[in-house]
Formats: sequence, structure tokens, C-alpha cells
Amino acid sequence: MNTNGNTYTVIYSTVLVVLVAAILAFVAISLQGKQNENIKLETVSKLLGAAAQADESFSIAEDADVLGLYAKHITDAFYVDGNGKRGDEMNMGKNNVKDIVVTTTSDLKKQNDIMKKIEAGDESLKGELDLPVYVFDINGRKITVIPCYGAGLWGPIWGYIALAEDGKTIVGTVFDHKGETPGLGAKITEKFFCDEFKGKSFDMDNGTVFTVAKPSALKYPEHGVDAISGATITSQALGKSINIWAKNYGPYLISAAAENAVPAETPEVTGTDENVNVEE
Amino acid sequence: MNLKEVLLKPIFKGNPITVLVLGICSSLAVTVQLKGACVMALSVTVVTGLSSFVCSLLRNSIPNRIRIIVQLVVVSLMVILVDQVLKAYAYSISKTLSVYVGLIITNCIVMGRIEAFALGNKPIPSLLDGLANGVGYGLILVVVAFFRELLGSGTLFGFRIIPESFYEAGYMDNGLIILPPMALILLGIIVWIQRSVQKDLQEEE
Repeated sequence: MNTNGNTYTVIYSTVLVVLVAAILAFVAISLQGKQNENIKLETVSKLLGAAAQADESFSIAEDADVLGLYAKHITDAFYVDGNGKRGDEMNMGKNNVKDIVVTTTSDLKKQNDIMKKIEAGDESLKGELDLPVYVFDINGRKITVIPCYGAGLWGPIWGYIALAEDGKTIVGTVFDHKGETPGLGAKITEKFFCDEFKGKSFDMDNGTVFTVAKPSALKYPEHGVDAISGATITSQALGKSINIWAKNYGPYLISAAAENAVPAETPEVTGTDENVNVEE
Repeated sequence: MNLKEVLLKPIFKGNPITVLVLGICSSLAVTVQLKGACVMALSVTVVTGLSSFVCSLLRNSIPNRIRIIVQLVVVSLMVILVDQVLKAYAYSISKTLSVYVGLIITNCIVMGRIEAFALGNKPIPSLLDGLANGVGYGLILVVVAFFRELLGSGTLFGFRIIPESFYEAGYMDNGLIILPPMALILLGIIVWIQRSVQKDLQEEE
């Protein structure tokens, strides 16, 4: 047979590619369940990891049952919209750790897309946001963990930020990325960088909530951290994503902080109060 | 061709890394920890073996003009399969290996062996040749990773080997050995040893 003719070549490559695509699609779908479970486990351990930094005596062993620990320490998990209004609850896995629901990066991406439209001026979309809030009890402290998500240099970057009772002081952070440059942008996951965030706070009054930039460019050093040298784009992207996410969480965080400031209040009514001090 | 030779040659005498000098880049990148190196070695072995086998099965039907493209499609199929399986069953390792699993596609050993061997030989010898080359590559990876993890972090497979008392006495892990250049130096030493044992590799004066 002539294997060098044009017709043969075209048919051959078409059949080969279709066949390969079919195999890949089949494998991807059959392994998806297992892969999603891994992603969920990772998200849970990151959430817990961020919250755990609030207390130095609270450490998570490498082989710890992360799902069990999460179920033990979480006290509340729910969605809020951009106006601080509380929405659906998430399953916390108190009865069965297999039922734990957390938002993965693909959910965060959807929220990020809505935020971009809000940023562009479409304020009416604020009510459509479904932002996850996780409240942990870490050795008696009430720690709120919120995510952030944005575009880095090569791909998405995201993170989880643990906040103290006042809704703005950062007590712990965990960051991750899809494919930032190793040795430069990829350093955002490292401890030295994450530790810089501890004790810094969100600035709810002046427009820009948080900044990651070189020290001389930080207008309010208490509301920002030093960027990583050589990784300007990743650092600034991280600052930008924290800023935009924290801004959208703002109404909820402010009202939750007000609740926490009144000790007799039950934490149940968080965010449903109509008179909350909504950010201008 | 003798099957035994096909199987044994790439492991030492014709080792893809130290003799053919292929696949250097990934051997620098994934040898910081022994565990990652072992998984990488296994992945590459599976990919080289299976893609050599499949390409050899197809060898008489492949149109010569799109030969390389067909090889690439087969190799990338195998690599994506390996990547997906790792993501499902060895998630933490797949995160450590990150892009390097995907980059097996560009590992010269895979394409090199298909072009040089699989397209001219029957499927079974091709499978063995692919597997053996993967093992030869993996062997070097594991040796380099052994020294880098032991001297760089004081551990092997994550278990502490160098006792705490050494650290108390003032011993320190060598931070330099974690960096890629030291992997190259280790590779150089291995090549040196191999060439002094195997005289026929030495150039004549």
C-alpha cells in the first residue's frame, strides 16, 4: 500500500487524532471523581492550615486526618453576597466527613469573573456573588477564613486568608498557584512570605484594602506587605486579588466584626442585619 | 538483535543520560527528593516503553512525511495518561513533579528511542528497549537524588537518616546541593566514574 499519498496521510492523521482524543476523554472522565476528591482534600487542608496559624500551639501533623480535624474545628460555613447578606450553608461534615463541601478554585474563578464586572462598574451584580466564608474555632478563638483568587503571571493564583475576630487583622495565610516561575513567583507559597502577612490588616476605609508592593511604594505599611524581588508581576497580582476579594467581603466582615464586638450577642445573625455599616 | 542485549545495554553501557547525554534537564529538576525521583523514573519508564511499543506496532502504516507528528501524538497520549493517573492516585507527588510530568513529552530519550529503535524493530524488542532506557534513566535519577536528599536535607524518602546528635554537634545540611548546579556536578562525577571503568568510551589521544 502507498503510505505516502495525500489521501492516506489525511485519513491516517484524522483517525489517529480522533482515537487518541476518545481515549483521553474516557480516561479523564473516569478519573475525575478521584481527582476531585484530592482537590477537595487539599482545599480543606489549606483552609485549616490558614486558620491554624492563629495559634502557635495548634499544629497539624503531616499524616493527620485533615477532614476529621476540619469537621471538628469548623463552626460555621456559608456563602455571603457582595452586600454582606448571608446565603446558603455549606455542609461542614459534622456527621460524615465525606459530605464536607468546600469551594474549589473553579468556583472561585466564577466569583472572580463576577467581581471583575462589579469592578468595571456593574454594582447590581453584588447580590449575585456567592462568596464562601469558613468560621473555625481554634483553641477558643473565632477565626474567619476567606479565599482570594486572581490571575498571576502564567496562570491563576489563589489563597486563603485567616482573619481575627475584628474581621480585618490577618492571623494566617496560605497561598498557591498553578504555574508561577519556580524560584521567583512560586515563592508566594513559602513560609517566609506568608508570615509577613501576620499582624497586617485590611484597610476598610481608604479604597485600597490591601497592597503587595516594594516597601517604598506602600502607602500604609500596616495594610500591605513587601513584594518578592524579581517577582513583581506575581506579587502585585496577589495584592490586587486580595484587594478586590476583601473589598467584596467588606460588608460582611464589617458587620461580623460588629457582632463580635458585642459579647452577649449570639453569632447566628451575622450579616442579616439591615442596618449594617456598608462600605461607601 | 539479541533481546538480552537490548534489555541490558541502555542500563549501563549505553545509558541514555551518561552516554547518550539525553534527558539532562529533568534529571536536574526532579532529583531533590528520592520519592519524586522514583515516581519520575517510573513515569518515564512507562512512557518510553509504551510509546515505543505503540509506535513499533504502527511503524509500517505511518506515512513517512508525518512520522514525527504521529510519534508526538502517541507520546503525548501516554504522558497525559500518566499525568492523569498520578493526579488521581498520587496527588502530592504529582504536585511536586508539577510541570515535569508534562515535560516528559519533550524528554529526548522518548522520541530518540522511537526514531532510532522502535521504527525499525518489532514491537516486543521495542517495548523492552523503551523500558530499559527508562530504567537506565531512572537509575541515574535515583543515584543523584539519593546523594542530594541525603546531603541536602539529611533524609531519605523523607525519613531522617542523619541523627539529631550530628546537628547538635554542629553539622549542617548542605544548602548548595539542593540547587540544580550540584545535580550537574554529581552527574559529571557519575560520567567520570563510568568512563574510567568503561575504557571504550574514552576518546583516543
